[in-house]
Amino acid sequence: MQWEVVIGLETHVQLQTKSKQFSGASTTYGAAPNTQACEVSIALPGVLPVLNKQAVDCAIKFGLAIDADIPPISVFSRKNYFYPDLPKGYQISQFELPVVGKGTVTILVPASKNTEAYEKVINITRAHLEEDAGKSVHGAVEGMSGIDLNRAGTPLLEIVTEPDMRSAAEAVAYAKKLHELVQWIGICDGNMQEGSFRCDVNVSVRPKGTEKFGTRREIKNLNSFKFMLQAIEYETQWQIETLEDGGTIQQATVLFNPDTGETRAMRSKEEANDYRYFPDPDLLPLAVTAADKARVMADMPMLPQALQAQFVRDYALSSYDANALTSSKAIADYFIATVQAGAEPKQAANWVMGAVSAKLNAEEKSILDSPLSATQLAALLKRISDGTISNNAAKQVFEAMWAGEGEVDAIIDAKGLKQVSDTGAIAAIIDGVLAANPAMVAEFKAGKEKAFNALVGQCMKASQGKANPAQVNELLKQKLSA
Amino acid sequence: MINSSLKQLSTALAAKQVSSVELTQAYLDRIDALNPHINAYITLDPAKSLAQAQAADAKIAAGEAQPLTGIPLAQKDIFCANGWRTTCGSKMLETFIAPYDAHVISQFDAVGAVNLGKTNMDEFAMGSSNETSYFGGVKNPWDTTRVPGGSSGGSAAAVAARLCAAATGTDTGGSIRQPASLCGFTGLKPTYGLVSRFGMIAFASSLDQAGPMAKSAEDCAMMLNVMAGFDSRDSTSVQREKEDYTRGLAAMQADKPLQGLRIGLPKEYFADGLNAEVAKVIETAIAQYQALGAQIVEISLPNNNLSIPVYYVLAPAEASSNLSRYDGVRYGHRAADYTDLLDMYMKSRAEGFGAEVKRRILIGTYVLSAGYYDAYYLKAQQIRRLIAQDFTEAFKHCDVIMGPAAPSTAFKVGEKTNDPVAMYLEDLYTIAVNLAGLPGMSIPAGFVHTTEGKALPVGLQIIGNYFDEARMLNVGHAYQQVTDWHTRMPEGI
Repeated sequence: MQWEVVIGLETHVQLQTKSKQFSGASTTYGAAPNTQACEVSIALPGVLPVLNKQAVDCAIKFGLAIDADIPPISVFSRKNYFYPDLPKGYQISQFELPVVGKGTVTILVPASKNTEAYEKVINITRAHLEEDAGKSVHGAVEGMSGIDLNRAGTPLLEIVTEPDMRSAAEAVAYAKKLHELVQWIGICDGNMQEGSFRCDVNVSVRPKGTEKFGTRREIKNLNSFKFMLQAIEYETQWQIETLEDGGTIQQATVLFNPDTGETRAMRSKEEANDYRYFPDPDLLPLAVTAADKARVMADMPMLPQALQAQFVRDYALSSYDANALTSSKAIADYFIATVQAGAEPKQAANWVMGAVSAKLNAEEKSILDSPLSATQLAALLKRISDGTISNNAAKQVFEAMWAGEGEVDAIIDAKGLKQVSDTGAIAAIIDGVLAANPAMVAEFKAGKEKAFNALVGQCMKASQGKANPAQVNELLKQKLSA
Repeated sequence: MINSSLKQLSTALAAKQVSSVELTQAYLDRIDALNPHINAYITLDPAKSLAQAQAADAKIAAGEAQPLTGIPLAQKDIFCANGWRTTCGSKMLETFIAPYDAHVISQFDAVGAVNLGKTNMDEFAMGSSNETSYFGGVKNPWDTTRVPGGSSGGSAAAVAARLCAAATGTDTGGSIRQPASLCGFTGLKPTYGLVSRFGMIAFASSLDQAGPMAKSAEDCAMMLNVMAGFDSRDSTSVQREKEDYTRGLAAMQADKPLQGLRIGLPKEYFADGLNAEVAKVIETAIAQYQALGAQIVEISLPNNNLSIPVYYVLAPAEASSNLSRYDGVRYGHRAADYTDLLDMYMKSRAEGFGAEVKRRILIGTYVLSAGYYDAYYLKAQQIRRLIAQDFTEAFKHCDVIMGPAAPSTAFKVGEKTNDPVAMYLEDLYTIAVNLAGLPGMSIPAGFVHTTEGKALPVGLQIIGNYFDEARMLNVGHAYQQVTDWHTRMPEGI
């Protein structure tokens, strides 16, 4: 039987605010335990929450960025459960009425062995504001567990998708796109190591072609794209094998162990809490007006989708290229700077997505740390288009520039990569090749087209790769037909 | 001096006839003598009180006195006061020293009032007789075999026995007005949102409201002037211009000062359940109001009978969540021995909470749980809106509503402790006001005499429209100009 995996994501995005969701305590990461825990953070008797307006603006910004419904009224609710790092015994979240409603995110799924690259629209169900819990610290004190409440109350935006993804690759592409988007609009620092961007992935499988969803298991707290891919692939395979062996899937929460590469159930649905949600009487319903939206919109950078449309329109790029170049703000900025420095857009796009990206990936670097500036890349591309160097030679020059060996013209000179475009010199080379290869000439004249290419090759070889190939082609054609 | 009004005390302090230290010491001495019989205070700290009194005297000497500067007040032990033990009447917080001030406390500090001590109360404000306090019941100063009402029973007894010049209380379902009625003084529950809840330990957040408990309407007005006002730390605090609640009180000299006032009498407040002798006192008081020029309008609050069941769904629901923070992890009572985390939670909470608190946590947890939420919590919220609409409708026909504050006079200690529902019925006339978020007040209106020869006070309840406290205080004050019930004090404690 052919199986199909169905995936939905819940992502916790830590909002870049100075203070906590419901108090004035600082949100700076890495402070000594409990030094950023005010009376509200530790839930002293009598304290009350006050909503952080900056966090609300972040949520509105996200809603606008994904073209979502932003209802005029949303409500904060209490999610009740006991845990030592949850000081109030409840988390303030949003339940029935979230701040952000339905929206969409368009993802770009890269090509793989079996498939071409493609775009896909992922539907966002909702995004809601909530506060983070603290942290249990084990082992700091012998035989005891410690509680650090610095993180308690940190503002989060939980973004929930429809079960729209059909492969681990789609899920990762979505997560990456979202990761870039929240940084693009400046609501999250995107730091996955520090937990600023965490994904819970719901996975189920069903026989391909059927409608009904299988029972899902939720993989909790994935904080790297690599682990996400591994976890989903493992989980999918495990579910398929379980079903094929005649077993059934129980709804459960599972954890991914990066050391073993396996997922394991941590609690089943039967053990799940009854959270007893109800509207928090300490907080008024949150009203978002058209004026609020306009104010936030005025502060919005040009969004990736708008920039994409602009690339297609102004630079005649394909939708795929435009999407790839807007996968992060830094890449888009680099590309624009390259074009502004005089490069031809399509050529610049090819180099940014090709050689530059490959280098960055290999060296696990961000484009912000690229040793080759956009201006330098534009200078290199100029030497290709003005015929100074061939495409092949350009690759060598690129490597040298990347390695910091100098500017483009100095490297071309030093390596002697300048193309020979002098007609007389090329004609002399051709004459020599024709004289040395009478058999090939005879073959060509007998109608074998292949022989022509072989002769071009010989000419290039004789010029040590420096002859302008277009000129070689033309002159050779003239001489053979003469 | 102990029976003086706040205004008289303020004048005496300003004229240096008495110092705040002397006044504070006088109250401390009286507390020393009488509190063992009444148990009105949980925590006293004379050194702190006298230090505040000294500071107040300096302020007066410097000519910076405000109306309440140097006046010794009792604070219900539900308000966190920096450096003071704050127990909320519970074993759970028996050793909790608050590290910050509630809004109400800092407001009184700012004007230089003296904190005499923290008063006894029903545990987490859950009770109508003060018998659920971990620190022992409070006795009614008019008859120490009887309860003072609750939950602000300690503040009530302290005001009645003149163990303070005035006190603060909180009212979630009647906890200021019912004890005011049972102890014979003036108590006001303001409109929800008028006084910040910041630092006031939460029982039922959508109903809790702090208010003054004092001898007269005028004293309450002076107290409310300090307590009311917007506070950004409470999201339900209402942003509106500050008013002077004493304005217009002095001007009431006319023969018929309440000419044109329409008093609504809800027929449901005079039906079954109201003690006949209490009814008589209330009727006499209303006749007095007519003599002052007011006119009577019969009104109806058809959903009033649903207020108790609605309250006992919503208040416990909120309480079950509000009290989750008392888990033994960070502060408060933690069991001495436990095997694991769950065991620690269960033992700490089982030991730290009393029976009534546990009962309400159980009810609240039940009504919020999956499968019951719609039938209980949601339904109760719908009826709450209907109850509020009843008042909106009624206020189209009248300016204030009057009736009894409690169905009977003070009952005997232990009389209702084994019958929670009978206890809950104590709040039959007060709870709807909290559900609607309206202001309500109780003023002394007379006495009922027991067969043992004791005089037990009866309170007249005055309910106003939203933010109509100034009018209510005027209405109370006009009555207190022609009656002396509010100046009577218990003897022979």
